[in-house]
Amino acid sequence: MHLVVNGLGHEIRADGLTSLLRVLREELFILSPKAGCEQGGCGACTVLIDGQPRRSCLTPLAALEGAEVTTVEGLSDGVDLAPIQQAFYDTYASQCGFCSPGMMMAATALLAHTPDASRDQISEALEGHICRCTGYVKILDAVESVAKAGAA
Amino acid sequence: MSAPPELLTPTSPAEAAAAFGDGAGVTVMGGGTILLPELTYGRLRPERVLMIGRAGLSGVDNANGVVRIGATTPVGELQDAPEPLVTAAKHVADREIRAVGTIGGNLCATGGVSAPRGDLQAPLLALGARITSVGAGGEKTEDVEAFIEEHTGRLVLSIDVPGGQPFGYARLDRPHTHHYTMLAVSAVKGADGVRVAASGVGPVARRLHGVEKALAGGASAEDAAGHATEGLDLPTDALASAWYREQMLPLLVRRALGQLG
Repeated sequence: MHLVVNGLGHEIRADGLTSLLRVLREELFILSPKAGCEQGGCGACTVLIDGQPRRSCLTPLAALEGAEVTTVEGLSDGVDLAPIQQAFYDTYASQCGFCSPGMMMAATALLAHTPDASRDQISEALEGHICRCTGYVKILDAVESVAKAGAA
Repeated sequence: MSAPPELLTPTSPAEAAAAFGDGAGVTVMGGGTILLPELTYGRLRPERVLMIGRAGLSGVDNANGVVRIGATTPVGELQDAPEPLVTAAKHVADREIRAVGTIGGNLCATGGVSAPRGDLQAPLLALGARITSVGAGGEKTEDVEAFIEEHTGRLVLSIDVPGGQPFGYARLDRPHTHHYTMLAVSAVKGADGVRVAASGVGPVARRLHGVEKALAGGASAEDAAGHATEGLDLPTDALASAWYREQMLPLLVRRALGQLG
């Protein structure tokens, strides 16, 4: 099956019921989506599928016919960090970093359609994402700083 | 390594029904939020998987006061459904899961590894939903209570729910990203009396017939709530003990009934 990830096309060999997470990590070696719980409970594997935040561990390959997948690796142009990445860096929103990719992808999706999102909207968009360093305040600060820049 | 399951991907309701047949050896996947981890972890090794996500079974239509909800309508797209279904749906998991998980999958869910699932079953029971499904013996439409109790492995096509009735909804949350329902009570006042149902009281939701009978006999909400745990075998799981559920269920029933006016 053909799959587009971060703008590049790939021929995937895994069977159709393999999770997108395993395809990304084990076949394409794209390692930013994390295998936290692999049952939808932690949010560390969230990627964008056609711009929408989705749990890659809950998405079978066969459901992705014609879809475009974006991971953290696709956020930056390779020179400068994307605004959400820079904000995580600037506000110390990553501690161990395990939840950061999922958080950043969910935030990216939110800010794409709500550039001036409020703290409550940010909180709701990230509700399914667990940070076991419990660095939620800094994470909300990071996303909010991008939203404030977007609203300005 | 064993061969992967055969994958069936119908593109119309008729194709889905034909592929399902009598259901023997077929595992149905709607959004995949329950099923995919079972496959990933190897807890389930089906012969055939029927993916119905593109079978044209999604959508919410209102006709003459009855709302028809397609089986693969995502939990996150039930804003136009009757209450208390809307409120219950808002509390299922999180936004990313609600966008994918389906009402049909939620209706057919049985108990999870560590907590009850199927938070929409109780509102559907209270609303007196009618379930249209295919499987052995062809297509049939039946009351949701019969559908849940028989649980014979049928393919849900659509769910009909009467709208515009007074309702009540009360729940116990455990702070968690996922809002797993410890206990939730739905009540709906219909033409033939009040229906009351609870999630979190076992592997699937149950109507609280003791409460309903007491209300029909003229009991106050307070007295009727005293019958809340009748006939139930309350579970102890990762969220709460049976003892705690036994203490809290009558309280939630009182609260839900209190909202009926």
